[in-house]
Amino acid sequence: MTTKNIMIVGVGGQGSLLASRILGAAATADGYAVKISEVHGMSQRGGSVVTYVRYGKAVSSPVICQGEADVILSFELLEAARWLPFLRPGGTLITATQEINPMPVIIGAAQYPADLAEKIRELGVQIIAADAAAIAEEAGNGRAANVALIGLGAHVLGFDTEVLRSAVEACVPAKAKEINLRAFDMAAAHQKDQ
Amino acid sequence: MKKIMLGNEAVARGLYEAGVRFVSSYPGTPSTEISEFAAKYDEIYAEWAPNEKVALEASIGASFGGGRAFSAMKHVGLNVAADPLFITAYTGVGGGLVIGVADDPGMHSSQNEQDSRHYAIGAKLPMIEPADAAECKEFTKLAYTLSEQFDTPFILRLTTRVSHSGSAVELEERQEREILEYTKDPAKHVMMPGNAKRRHPVVEQRLADLAEYAYDSPLNRVEMGGTAVGVITAGNCYNYAKEVYGTNASYLKLGLIHPLSEKQIREFADSVDSVVVIEELDGVIESFCRSLGIQVTGKDVLPLCGEYSQELLREKLLGEEPCTVSVADEIPMRPPVLCPGCPHRGVFYTLKKMGLMVSGDIGCYTLGAVAPLGAMDTTLCMGASISALHGFNKVRGEEAKSVAVIGDSTFMHSGMTGLVNIIYNGGASTVVILDNRITGMTGHQQNPLTGLTLKNQPAPYICLEDICAGLGVDRAHIRVVDPAKPAELEGVLKEELAADVPSVVICRRPCALLKGVEKKPALQVDQEKCRSCKACMKIGCPCISMAAGEDGVIKAKVDASMCVGCGLCQEMCPFDAFTSTGSK
Repeated sequence: MTTKNIMIVGVGGQGSLLASRILGAAATADGYAVKISEVHGMSQRGGSVVTYVRYGKAVSSPVICQGEADVILSFELLEAARWLPFLRPGGTLITATQEINPMPVIIGAAQYPADLAEKIRELGVQIIAADAAAIAEEAGNGRAANVALIGLGAHVLGFDTEVLRSAVEACVPAKAKEINLRAFDMAAAHQKDQ
Repeated sequence: MKKIMLGNEAVARGLYEAGVRFVSSYPGTPSTEISEFAAKYDEIYAEWAPNEKVALEASIGASFGGGRAFSAMKHVGLNVAADPLFITAYTGVGGGLVIGVADDPGMHSSQNEQDSRHYAIGAKLPMIEPADAAECKEFTKLAYTLSEQFDTPFILRLTTRVSHSGSAVELEERQEREILEYTKDPAKHVMMPGNAKRRHPVVEQRLADLAEYAYDSPLNRVEMGGTAVGVITAGNCYNYAKEVYGTNASYLKLGLIHPLSEKQIREFADSVDSVVVIEELDGVIESFCRSLGIQVTGKDVLPLCGEYSQELLREKLLGEEPCTVSVADEIPMRPPVLCPGCPHRGVFYTLKKMGLMVSGDIGCYTLGAVAPLGAMDTTLCMGASISALHGFNKVRGEEAKSVAVIGDSTFMHSGMTGLVNIIYNGGASTVVILDNRITGMTGHQQNPLTGLTLKNQPAPYICLEDICAGLGVDRAHIRVVDPAKPAELEGVLKEELAADVPSVVICRRPCALLKGVEKKPALQVDQEKCRSCKACMKIGCPCISMAAGEDGVIKAKVDASMCVGCGLCQEMCPFDAFTSTGSK
């Protein structure tokens, strides 16, 4: 198989590191080589963050470039739009509909663009937009939005749902397991209903 | 057994398996996790030192003492440790000694983009560079064998992408090693002119021996594929090159990046039609090739600045553009910001309000430079806030209108000597120490003021006020303030700025992200009371924005999901519009 490229984008502190580890665990369980690339430090302070997960028979570069991502998982709408050029033609964007104003918008130096999900859909991009935080909230804790996002993308990430589910189970802290598995199941079911 | 590990974690595993006993480091992105992971092994003694120079000197001592030793630092940390680095090239080692240095091409979290390979050349020390996590472990282990074999410290060069990329690593057993017998050897270990003169030729011979070793070292390898293009590369650039050329090119993949083997490079160049050198930052390998008279493509088409990627190589070397889609709207930037509840916010609000010249330093609080706080005038390197302010004031005499701002960990790192300089040379500057009880920017590391060690063991209490007094600051001019009370801080600053003696204002409040720091219920805006004056917008809190309320009028609004109830906005609001939601 050719290398599968998954990007996880969001705002510092939203839990993208855990999401990348879950995908890495799923790829490893399926016997693939995997590379995960993350950036720590300054970007954690509420900045734009991106994590790359690549898996396949053999993986060289740890990063994903413009026009290469098979799937982008986005925790936030503006970040989905920012990183959209990284999606390959025919790739899938899975995004939470949450909007978090960046500082230039807060201080009135820039505008948060309106109707981003619609605009992306109009470009012919396959997009799944859902309120991941609300699903996680319903499952018991809004912080499980990262796992809900993986559930929403379960059908396009290249793994059997059971493999992904086991990876969630293996990667989340024991005390949060039940809520995270519930969030995963609810999100996967939500996607099937669409 | 295989495990997915970050490059930094794999380096730590390499330390463990190589039987390393001693680790002393100062945190610095992207190197920090090496020491944190090393500290998880009971067999390894691991500590945070106050700065990189101390850390490396401690490791040199451990090596003299016969144990395998290690220090990690970021690229600019090696500037601080450069003094012992250059000298230990002359002394050589007892137990193996490896110095990990992590460069940051692309400046994800750094103030410059320097290329540490110049240190290997300058100090005449061997340097190795792994390309992924598996090599991080293997190269680290081999470096210890070679360090003892060639009697030299080794530098392990990493970059952000290698340090912070994860891939599979094969786990092996630790090779426990006896501490070597200590023998006093002043001719080798006392570096004064008479001895050093005899050691310098040893250094030169060793470098020649290592260049010979490089030729058939397992650290370097040739992969023959198509011979139209031959790529000479090292580190993560090898991965980008493989992504672009696959088996259509041949590769000389260097793991030992200093010294280089002339014979190996000539043979490789002769086996291909053209040579491309792919290396981030400076053209170090390229210059070596050119010095041999080998024609190469390199920095004539590839940039000196920024991080490389397969996309960049495709564009610059093959003229290929990616196929992309994007929305028409302008996407606003999302720069990092001070966290909700950050104790630094009130300080920078106050400094800006007072119109002071602010000599800044390195840490989370460097974010005080960005809008809307915009309160910082200068930032150079660790500790420079205090020393630079002294020079600024000696020239301009603006002691009453300027302050230095420095974090607690940064003060311990290299702020103390600057303060001594102010006192010794009759300055009257005011130094603000942001004491948030942790090393924040790098992700919460302990430091000499926190009362805990890297291994989370209790440490003796070191009192910041006593240090300042001990250095010579009059106790009456060492003031401790809660930065959550900007009015009080302003009053204290006015008094100390007016004083004709050196003063220290300690703004003490723990980082809002620290475990155990109480989070209060989120605040909300009383729509009746808010007059849309935007006073609350001056503090740059990511939780507060101006939005249309129920009646359509634009008023302040708090994002309750982020707000930690620090109350700074309440201090700002002239109309008491911020009230507690009482929940969270």
